[in-house]
Amino acid sequence: MAKQYETVIGLEVHVELATKTKIFCSCSTEFGGAPNTHTCPVCTGMPGALPVLNKKVVEYAMAIGLATNCEITRVCKFDRKNYFYPDNPQNYQISQLYLPIARNGFVEIETGSTKKKVRIHEMHMEEDAGKLIHDEWDDTSLVDYNRSGVPLVEIVSEPDMRSADEVIAYLEKLRTIIQYLGASDCKLQEGSMRADVNLSVREAGTEPFGTRTEMKNLNSFKAIARAIEGERERQIELLEAGKSVIQETRRWDDNKESSYAMRSKEDAQDYRYFPEPDLVPIVISDQWIDQIRARQPELRTEKLERYKKEFDIPQYDAEIITSSKHMADIFEAAAAICGKPKKVSNWLMVETLRLLKDHGMEPEDLRFSPENLAKLVSLTESGAINSSVAKEVFEKIFAEDVDPEAYVEEHGLKMVNDEGALEEVLKKVIADNPRAVEDYRGGKEKALGALVGQTMKLMKGKANPGLVNQKLKEML
Amino acid sequence: MANKISDETIEYVGILAKLELSGEEKENAKADMEKMLDYIDILNELDTDGAEPMSHVFPVHNVFREDAVSGVDGSADTLVNAPLKKDNSFKVPKTIG
Ligand SMILES: [Zn+2]
Repeated sequence: MAKQYETVIGLEVHVELATKTKIFCSCSTEFGGAPNTHTCPVCTGMPGALPVLNKKVVEYAMAIGLATNCEITRVCKFDRKNYFYPDNPQNYQISQLYLPIARNGFVEIETGSTKKKVRIHEMHMEEDAGKLIHDEWDDTSLVDYNRSGVPLVEIVSEPDMRSADEVIAYLEKLRTIIQYLGASDCKLQEGSMRADVNLSVREAGTEPFGTRTEMKNLNSFKAIARAIEGERERQIELLEAGKSVIQETRRWDDNKESSYAMRSKEDAQDYRYFPEPDLVPIVISDQWIDQIRARQPELRTEKLERYKKEFDIPQYDAEIITSSKHMADIFEAAAAICGKPKKVSNWLMVETLRLLKDHGMEPEDLRFSPENLAKLVSLTESGAINSSVAKEVFEKIFAEDVDPEAYVEEHGLKMVNDEGALEEVLKKVIADNPRAVEDYRGGKEKALGALVGQTMKLMKGKANPGLVNQKLKEML
Repeated sequence: MANKISDETIEYVGILAKLELSGEEKENAKADMEKMLDYIDILNELDTDGAEPMSHVFPVHNVFREDAVSGVDGSADTLVNAPLKKDNSFKVPKTIG
């Protein structure tokens, strides 16, 4: 019988914090500036420059630590991690090794109907590196230090996950918590959330861990799932062939759906950490922790319960809407404006989800304003537009955030409630469709549908279907 | 001298520090390092049980900045001493990420 293997996975997750400035200097963290415009002597490692810690970084890290059930380290400090690479102008990264800000936490994940805890080993603060762009023309690399010194937290889990599903559930959980805290937007594609996967396999039922590899360059949940499958198979094949797994860092190529060993810069693992002499220790008092705790916003579980109670939204719908902080914000703002939470929820649950799926987008990518969604709800509720027109307008809101009032006006989409005009059209429909009319008069209720359809078509969808039905019946 | 630095160790330290050392430089560095390690051995003789590890000599903690952006485009100053530059960036030998 073939051997059964168990996959053992631990994650290192880097999250870029949503501060306005870098971790040790007051340069902007804003995206998209021309290369090196957001730099100063501190974040480019000029000799003699003195880093000063951004208080907000500590507070975001504490907030994440508390929300993931960690113990906050009361006296923590920074260390230097030494390595040479052009993205790192100081030749060391300021990070935390000996006394990270948070330790011993956990989050609860759900896969299918099973719940389990994934333990968090530790979480530390550190600075991001610069960006290298390959220049095809010169066959050189261009270095931009705008990202150098952008604050990160790295969250290191215990090797508690056993499948790609569990890994994704864990990442989604972390992402939701951090987004709700407002500590980061956690976008995998844009790199504000990055996950490195440590994976090993062992024969089912055995205790000791196998040799693990670390996989990098995973920038979507799908890529993570594929990489886990691929690496699991690769390791099992090696073991089955009597070979051993080498402990190494591998880079996942999602296009080729395979990974390759990264060129090991000789002994890159030997980072020669030592305490950072330029930064003094951070002492965290009970009072400070209480303050951060008191400021924690409503997290997902609380919000979900409130939606069910306050707005009478079903569990499933509340789960979907609160799965993204951004979607929940749109929901609440739109509901507050139009006063019709259930209608707003319907637009999110049906049309929004459909369009997101069609475009392969995430709820985080929603770009329409709650104001415009609220206006659409009001237009529909007041009977100014019918539901098929509303869907058409919503697609415009979804794509371009158009103002539905202006759009409806401009395109003449208002429902025609003018009975005179309607009667004219109905007369024509009755005259043109003698068979359907006969069928209906002969007792075939269904034939009415065809006549209503003809009428709507002639009126370019702007007729009020209720009124059409009623009038038609009267006239027949 | 109790501590001995092997040829492999000095070679390895050289690689980590990105230094190319001549035979003579290696021998000198080995002797220096051995002396340093011997000195650490003296320190290790002290009984430090119960002593808090100290990374800073001054009794100062919690020095923070508020999260407010200041400063303007720093690229001109940042790049002023760059041996090679292109597109407002440092130009370096091709590096595989
Ligand atoms: Zn700076």
